[in-house]
Amino acid sequence: MAGSPVSVDFSQAMITTPVATADWLVVAPTLITLLGGSLCLMLRKNTDLQPKVGIGFLVLLMAANLGLLIHVLDHGVITMVMGNWLPPFGIAFTVDALGATLSLIASIVAFSAGIFGAATVDSTGRRYGFYPFLLLLMTGVCGAFLTGDIFNLYVWFEVLLISSYGLLVLGNDRIQLDGAVKYGVLNLIGTNLFLIGTGLLYGIFGTLNMADLSLKIAALENPASGTLATVAALYFLAFAMKAAAFPVNFWLPASYHTPNVVVSAVFAGLLTKVGVYALLRIFVLIMPQSRDYMSDVIALVAIATLLTGAIGALAQSEVRRLLGYLVIAGIGSMLAGVAVGSTEAVSGAIFYAVHSIIVMTALYMASGIMFMMGGSYDLRKLGGLYQKSAVFAAVFLVLGFAVSGLPPFSGFWPKIILVNAAFEGQRAWLAAAILVSGFLTTLAVGRVWIYAFWRGGPEGTPDGGEVPIVTAPGSASQLSGSSVWLPLGILTALVVYFGLQPEWMLELSTRGASGLENPAGYLLSVFGDQG
Amino acid sequence: METGVVILIGLFFTVAIYLMLSKQLVRILLGIAILGNAVNLLIFTSGRLTREVPPLIPEHLYVPETVTANPLPQALVLTAIVISFSFFAFLLVLAFRAYQELRSDEINEMRVAEPDNDQSPPQGY
Repeated sequence: MAGSPVSVDFSQAMITTPVATADWLVVAPTLITLLGGSLCLMLRKNTDLQPKVGIGFLVLLMAANLGLLIHVLDHGVITMVMGNWLPPFGIAFTVDALGATLSLIASIVAFSAGIFGAATVDSTGRRYGFYPFLLLLMTGVCGAFLTGDIFNLYVWFEVLLISSYGLLVLGNDRIQLDGAVKYGVLNLIGTNLFLIGTGLLYGIFGTLNMADLSLKIAALENPASGTLATVAALYFLAFAMKAAAFPVNFWLPASYHTPNVVVSAVFAGLLTKVGVYALLRIFVLIMPQSRDYMSDVIALVAIATLLTGAIGALAQSEVRRLLGYLVIAGIGSMLAGVAVGSTEAVSGAIFYAVHSIIVMTALYMASGIMFMMGGSYDLRKLGGLYQKSAVFAAVFLVLGFAVSGLPPFSGFWPKIILVNAAFEGQRAWLAAAILVSGFLTTLAVGRVWIYAFWRGGPEGTPDGGEVPIVTAPGSASQLSGSSVWLPLGILTALVVYFGLQPEWMLELSTRGASGLENPAGYLLSVFGDQG
Repeated sequence: METGVVILIGLFFTVAIYLMLSKQLVRILLGIAILGNAVNLLIFTSGRLTREVPPLIPEHLYVPETVTANPLPQALVLTAIVISFSFFAFLLVLAFRAYQELRSDEINEMRVAEPDNDQSPPQGY
C-alpha cells in the first residue's frame, strides 16, 4: 500500500511467536487421516496394498491421539489457532481431556475396523473406496472432537456425513439404497438445523469461538431470552437427531443393518456419539443456563429414548437391527447425564460414551462373525454356535453383559454413576428408566445368546440331533484368519479392562466433566492471560 | 431491507417444510434444496444487509466509519452453499438409483430395509 508507513502493533492481533512443536499434535489427527485418505484414494486400484496403507495410517492416528492425550493431561487444555490470528478471530482448535479421550477411543475403534475390514470387505468394496472413506470419516470424527469453533464443528460434521454416505452405499445393494435414502435425508435435515442455530448465534453474539461464546453467554443478564432459547432448542433438536434420540431416532434402525457389517460397526460406535459430544459441548460448556431450564425436556427425551431402545431391541429377531436399538438405548443413558448436569452426571455420560463406542462396535463385529458361522442374521435360523466355538460364545456373553450394564464389565460403572447422580439430582424417574432399560436389554441380549449359541441348532433341529453345518459362502477362509478375531479380541479386552480397572477411565471422564463445568482452564488456554 | 428478506426466508422455510412432508422422494429432495437456500439466506441476513458500502477500515481507525455489512457471514454462506450443493447432488443420484432398484419413489413403498411382514422373534424357552 502506498503512502506513509504506519506502525502497526501486530502482537495485538496476531500470534507472532512460532507454534511450539508439541502443539502441532493438535492438528495431527486430522492431517494424518486426510493424508492417509488421499493416499488410499490414489491406490484405489491396488486392492492388496490399500489395507496395509490404510491400517498403517490408522496406527499413526492412534499414536498421535495417544500423544495428544498425554500432552493434554500433562499441560492442561491446549489451543492452536489457524493463520496465527489471535482468538476469537482465527479458527481455533482447542483440545481438552474430553476431546482427547474420545478421539483416542475413536481411533482405536477405527483401527480395529480397519483390520476387520481387511477380511470382510472384498476387492470390489476396496476399489470403491472403503479405506479412503474410513480414513476421511475419521478426519471428520477427530476434527469434531478437537475443534474449538462452532462453525468448524459444523464443517467436520459434514465431512463425516459425506464419508458415511460413501461407506453406507458401498456395494450398491437394493437394501443399502433403501437405508441410505432415509439416513441421508434425515441426517442432512439435522445438519441444516445445526447450521440455522449457528447462523442465529453469530447474529446475536458476533463470534463463533466456543470459549468466547461461553464468556458472552455467561455475561448475559437474561439468559432465558427468546432468541437464545430458539438457538438452544434448535441445537438440541439437531444433535438429538444426530444422536438418534427419541422421537427423531427412526433413521437409525432403518439404515444401520443395511451396509457391510464392519461399516455398521464403525457407525454404531462413532456417529451417534459425535452427536452426544456436541450436546455436551454446547449445553454444558457454552450455554449452561439453557441446559438448566431445558433439563426437564432433556430428561423426558432421555427416558423415552432409554425405553424405546430397550423395547425395540426386544421386538427384533434380526441381530443387527436388535443391536441398532441397543445403540439408541445407550444414547438415552448419555442424555440422562446431560439432563442431570452435575459434574458427576456428566462424567458418567462421558464414561458411558467411551464404553458405548467400544462395546457397540464389538457387538456388531460379533454379529458379523455369527453370520459367517451360522449363515444368517435371523434368530430363528441361528443356533448351535456354542458347539462351533465356545470361546466366541463366551466373548458374546461378556459383550452382552457389558451392554446391559452388568458387573464386572465396562457398562457397570457409568451406569452406577448415572443412577447415583440421578438420585442426587432429585430425578428418581430417570434412575428408574436407566435400570428398567438395563433389565430389558439383559433380556434381549440373553435371548440372542440362548437362541443363537445355547440351543442345539436352528429352528426344527430335533433335541440331541446333529447340528447342520451352515456357513455363509466364502466365510471359512475369513474365520480361519486372524483379522476377524484380533479386532474383536482387542475391543473385548478393553471392555473387560475398563470393567476391572475403572480408575483410569474414571479419572479421565471426571477431568473431562470438570473441564466442561468450570471452563476456567479452557478459557485460559484460548485467550491466554489477557482473558 | 432486512424485513423483506426475513419474510422471504420465512416463505422459503414454509415451502421447504411443506415439500418435505410429502410422500414423494422427489418432492422431499426439492424441499431439502429450498431448505438449504433458506438457511443460507438466514446466515446472510444475520450479518446485516447494506448496499454499496465496502467493509473497509481507514488507516487511522480501528473500526469502520459507517455501518457496513459483516463480511464473515458471507464467507460462512459460501462454505454452506458448497456443502449443501454437493450433498444435494449426491442425494439426487442416490434417489435416482433407489428409484431404479426399488421401482418407486413413494416412501411408503420403500420397505426393503424394514419389511412390512416382519415377524416377531421366537418366543420359546
